[in-house]
Amino acid sequence: MANKQNKYDRQLRLWGDHGQWCLENSKICLVNVTATGTETLKNLILPGIGSFVIVDKSRVNGEDAGSNFFLDPNAIGESKAKVATNLLLELNPEVKGEYIEEDVANILETNPHFFLSFTVVIACNLYGETLQKLAALFWCNNIPFVTCKSFGFIGYLRLVIPEHCIIESHPDNSHEDLRLDCPFEELCAYADTIDLDAMDKKDHSHTPYVIILYKYLMEWKKAHSGAMPKTWKEKKEFKKLVMSGIRKNADGVPEDEENFDEAVKQVNSALVPSCVPEKVQKIFNDPKCLQLTEESTDFWMMVGGLRQFVSNSENGLLPLRGSLPDMFSDSDKYIKLQNIYQGKAKQDMEAVTGHISQVCTKSGCGNGKISEKDIKRFCRNAHFLRVVRTRSLQSEYESPSKSIMDSLTSDEISDAVWYVLLRAVERFQSTNGRLPGMNNAEWESDVNRLKNCLYDLLKSWDIPGAVEAISDDFLQEMCRCGSSEIHSVASYMGGVTSHEVVKLITAQYIPICNSYIYNGYKSTSVTIDI
Amino acid sequence: MLQGLDYCLKMEVDNVVSTVREPLNWSGRWNHIQKVLERSGPFAHPDFEPSPDILGFLLNNCKLLVIGAGGLGCELLKNLTLTGFRHIDVIDMDTIDLSNLNRQFLFRQNDIGKAKATVASDFINNRVKGAEVVPHFCKIQDYDASFYKQFHIVVCGLDSIVARRWINGMLISLLEYDEDGNLDQTSVIPMVDGGTEGFKGNARIILPGLSACMECTLDLYPPQVNFPMCTIAHTPRQPEHCVEYVKVFGWEKEKPFGDAPIDGDNPEHIKWICGSACERAEQFGIQGVTYRLTQGVIKRIIPAVASTNAVIAAACSTEVFKLASSCGAPMNNYMVFNDADGVYTYTFEAEKSETCVACSQKPKTIHFKPTSQLRELIEFLCQDSMLQMKSPGITTTVNGNSKTLFMKSIPSIERATRPNLSKSLADLGLSSGQELIVADVTTPNSLIFILKLSDQCSAET
Ligand SMILES: [Zn+2]
Repeated sequence: MANKQNKYDRQLRLWGDHGQWCLENSKICLVNVTATGTETLKNLILPGIGSFVIVDKSRVNGEDAGSNFFLDPNAIGESKAKVATNLLLELNPEVKGEYIEEDVANILETNPHFFLSFTVVIACNLYGETLQKLAALFWCNNIPFVTCKSFGFIGYLRLVIPEHCIIESHPDNSHEDLRLDCPFEELCAYADTIDLDAMDKKDHSHTPYVIILYKYLMEWKKAHSGAMPKTWKEKKEFKKLVMSGIRKNADGVPEDEENFDEAVKQVNSALVPSCVPEKVQKIFNDPKCLQLTEESTDFWMMVGGLRQFVSNSENGLLPLRGSLPDMFSDSDKYIKLQNIYQGKAKQDMEAVTGHISQVCTKSGCGNGKISEKDIKRFCRNAHFLRVVRTRSLQSEYESPSKSIMDSLTSDEISDAVWYVLLRAVERFQSTNGRLPGMNNAEWESDVNRLKNCLYDLLKSWDIPGAVEAISDDFLQEMCRCGSSEIHSVASYMGGVTSHEVVKLITAQYIPICNSYIYNGYKSTSVTIDI
Repeated sequence: MLQGLDYCLKMEVDNVVSTVREPLNWSGRWNHIQKVLERSGPFAHPDFEPSPDILGFLLNNCKLLVIGAGGLGCELLKNLTLTGFRHIDVIDMDTIDLSNLNRQFLFRQNDIGKAKATVASDFINNRVKGAEVVPHFCKIQDYDASFYKQFHIVVCGLDSIVARRWINGMLISLLEYDEDGNLDQTSVIPMVDGGTEGFKGNARIILPGLSACMECTLDLYPPQVNFPMCTIAHTPRQPEHCVEYVKVFGWEKEKPFGDAPIDGDNPEHIKWICGSACERAEQFGIQGVTYRLTQGVIKRIIPAVASTNAVIAAACSTEVFKLASSCGAPMNNYMVFNDADGVYTYTFEAEKSETCVACSQKPKTIHFKPTSQLRELIEFLCQDSMLQMKSPGITTTVNGNSKTLFMKSIPSIERATRPNLSKSLADLGLSSGQELIVADVTTPNSLIFILKLSDQCSAET
């Protein structure tokens, strides 16, 4: 156990023991052994997923052995799934792996239930009807499905997830939850015991900025019939007021008081009004929250309880986060203040717990099955809750999304154009039974064939004119690359894909919505909602 | 204008062995990359001429240096050997630790304690037929220009800024200029550099003398911020402050393991520090001192995951492949990556600085008052965001004689020159226009500064 803690130390600092637990209990399926696929699995096996299964019927050929680190040239002619599984298993003795030498279309036909036990399924280089059928199966069963490929210098990744709920989205820069605009009773009671003027010099310069801002806000509000500083001008004036509190020495020169400097610096962020963020409000109005049933998941039960907490509270706010950033202060005052914030957070959390058990009882979904630890984590992250829903693959193929249409009709061509080209390649494949640029004799004449496919595709989207906007250069590059897997491009996509899969497994951090295109020509990329 | 597009790595065409040596090349082995190497493409470098010779050049002639055999290095070696490079040297001074195994995929449990460079090379040479990776279990500073000169491209997967700056300085020192000051392009060795920190990373190309170098963009690498001493000593508020206290004061005072200095890899040491930090935390009512946190503070651990590492190393490898073959234009020239919220990249052109101390070929002028102490000048060299030196040693010439003003690295000289620190520049005999020769760990070659003395100026450039 201690061994495992050390081995996984560098990642535990990012997703914690509970994230690791999710990982170790996950079961991943890879359909088709490509370099992109095995690189993805490699990056999932190393951090310690529970197990994986590889599905591929084909045999190792010279071409694949040349670009895939997990296919051995000595095994040319043997099962790809078997060779890759064995080499991948060497990476981490904690991970179990199996392979199935069967065609995915065949399994779909004879035993679709096989797929339903997986946490996430990843498919590489899958096209046409099989792709659609597989995606539809997972869509109905709410299993996250990931499809990816690398094509020459271009990489493509698509997440197909009906619903993904995130408690810990780990925002990079969030506002602190200090409630200086609507201080709670305990904060007021403590701050009111403090008299800045009566303090000695040392105490005065070691009082946390939260207290300083509280005091001067009180003074401001008194002079402004209860209103907070709102405009830029008022905030500037308020900063002046705070600065006027800095002690002066006998000669009238202001002393160095770091806590006051900090207070002035924090004015703008501390004056951002406390509120329920728009994204959380949207989650409250989600039908899944409004109609809780005995089928509802823990996440939605907690959201239901949280919603009730907010609507019952006086100020209509979320439970207090309870964390206090580090600030210039002596230990004593800081710890006291910290305890006050933590105490209030605990009180709020207990109230939320009560509401959760109420909504649980009302919806008939039993009681007490959500642990205190989970509720605590939920409350601490209440400001950052996220629900991600992508389009289904079926709907993507029925009609292009607005964002892809916009990108095609805008003046500047974005990397989204590569998505359109990959769709044209798919058409090429279904009409010609092979990919463009596969063989040297035909690669140049394939450019025109691919152009026809592109035209047909855009016509089906009712924008045949857009074909003019896509220069032949793009078509020529597609045919030049001829579906080759340049290992470094495959490895890039393996990195990105595995990372998104880790997000899905741990339900931490925010996955892309819903497609990602990598352009290895320029080392740029774009995320598009397709 | 795309910086560096006028640059093109020239194959020594006469030497290219275009008949690819057989048994190592089973049928179809290089099919994937041959398509882009042997077919013309509009997005290739303007000088690109598709030919089977290019693969021959990659396989038989092109020499790469990979610096670092850790998270990025393992990935780089795999990517590069699978895209046709065979002759690769790899330098790393580290040995394998258990905590590497979550991402450094060439290492296994029973490799712990062995040299990273050696184990990584052996693994790659075994797995990728024909690969001839040569390990160097040492520091980059152990080699001089004659070693670095032999490579076509240098790829860095380092976690140290100082090491990056050093190799950057080394590659700049290899540049050759003609009498008119024109750069000889054949002396340019491109540096492809990657770095990661948790879910963030960056990849960049440096064409020494042609595009922005490490020092041109030093403000992209802000120095690490330390906790103020008075917080640690008197007003701790966070668990980290308590750990830092034990590290700075407790260890020396209590000497729990005799004279042994703190070893972040020794669990007994960490346990002791954690225990003492807990005691201090309890005194102040601070919560949250744990073993993991203690180790994080003591070793200054930066989180790392397999996925982000793979992405950055791959982005670097693709650039090496394009640079060496010209089958695609190089990126221009700096990519920032973050995959915490979605997957985000931003690629921009870092600009070459006309006043760069390393690559502008112009000595930098620094302004001080004659009454300024030498100490202030040294502080400036360390704290200026575009210099960020670590412990500069300064020599100059006074009345035709070479004089060492201060040097920390050699104890006897340090003792002899220490009194100079509190002397004024005027008292040290320095005059305006004086050339100062500054040596530091951040550069393999000394830098020349021109000292300007005047009463009005404070320490500004
Ligand atoms: Zn420079």
